[in-house]
Amino acid sequence: MAHDATHQHEGSATKKIWSVFAILSVVTIVEVILGIIKPEFLIKTSFIYMSLLNWIFIVLTIYKAYLITWSFMHMEHESKGLRRSVVWTGVFLVAYLVFILLTEGDYIYEVYKGGYISWNF
Amino acid sequence: MEATVVRTGTEGKTWGGGSKSPLKASYGKMMMWFFITSDALTFSAFLASYGFSRFKFLDSWPIADEVFNHFPFMHGVDAPMYYVALMTFILIFSSVTMVLAVDAGHHMKKAKVTLYMFLTIIGGVIFLGSQAWEWKNFIKGEYGAVETRGGQILQFVDSNGERVALHDVATTLKEDRVAHERKNGLWFVGDDAELTTYSIDEIKEGFKTKENLLVRTQMLDENGAKTILTREKSLAMLDQHAVGVVEGANLTHNEYGPPLFADFFFFITGFHGFHVLTGVLINIIIFFNVILGTYERRNSYEMVEKVGLYWHFVDLVWVFVFTFFYLV
Repeated sequence: MAHDATHQHEGSATKKIWSVFAILSVVTIVEVILGIIKPEFLIKTSFIYMSLLNWIFIVLTIYKAYLITWSFMHMEHESKGLRRSVVWTGVFLVAYLVFILLTEGDYIYEVYKGGYISWNF
Repeated sequence: MEATVVRTGTEGKTWGGGSKSPLKASYGKMMMWFFITSDALTFSAFLASYGFSRFKFLDSWPIADEVFNHFPFMHGVDAPMYYVALMTFILIFSSVTMVLAVDAGHHMKKAKVTLYMFLTIIGGVIFLGSQAWEWKNFIKGEYGAVETRGGQILQFVDSNGERVALHDVATTLKEDRVAHERKNGLWFVGDDAELTTYSIDEIKEGFKTKENLLVRTQMLDENGAKTILTREKSLAMLDQHAVGVVEGANLTHNEYGPPLFADFFFFITGFHGFHVLTGVLINIIIFFNVILGTYERRNSYEMVEKVGLYWHFVDLVWVFVFTFFYLV
């Protein structure tokens, strides 16, 4: 409910904030470490057009976004209607947009690669 | 005449504008959420079009670790990721202080709200400064490169594959170089901003005399590293195709690769930075309102919560920018 936070005991709310901060920090550190060492096997393994490493980054990012929205922005305490009108609108439109633009980008890449357009003219 | 008031039969109920607010959120908070939704769609459109361009030039896109590898007070040290990770922490931490301020507001603790709002503002200002430094490095460039007629970038490496800067390639020639101006040149070609440090002929001559230098193209090999040409091919490539020298980055040329890369960098991080700037300004306004006791009198710190939503959103966007510009 919207105003549950008001009645929460003060200590528990702050404790939760710090624990979410800890999770966010750990996830970011994991991302940075993976980004620096770039494990061979994660780069070489391809999964649905992308390396496994990139998928890991994207999943971790979405996890971080979930934590920020749900905990810091108090989305979990909002009503179901507000939550869905914000989250579903974003998720479906973005998924559609990303799908269509990346497909088109890949098509143009194939056109360049097929030699229809010279790399250097 | 009858009054033309239409009765809907929902008076007093939620959708009839009754006492209960729809979605159980106050008007301001709900509208902040809807603003954030639309702004999120704007940012995702930018990032998706970045993805589009990247997929289009999938085998010649710059490697982020080679572009963003600076750290303050560590000149010449290759430090990929560290600086931007630091920036991410600064922003996440300012988000934490913001949510602490909101929490203190729920308990009507003015002093705590003031302190946490102040820390949030400081965090935002530090982030903006860091971004300015990042931009400075990006614009200034590090090694410099040569551009071909087709707009491709050629970089220089030594026999070990280490990058070589332009001043280690060029030899000084005696030449008269004049910056092109429309008034005494081609009227349909814009003015040169300024002359590059070395002319293309100085680079070409220097490259011929220094036997250990090679040309590195933008194309990625199967290991994801940039292709390095053999000495013969390097000489031929430079001789036949190179037309200009590029130092640093702007909207039309950059030494890192396709111009689109720099355009998207400036546009997306710039637009995000603009959001941070407005966020800091709004935070400052709310901060003074807190000090003046406005919300104490109003008996509710909901304004802090609303501005907090915006501030967290800025952090949220950065999480995605961080991933798609620096990690993926």
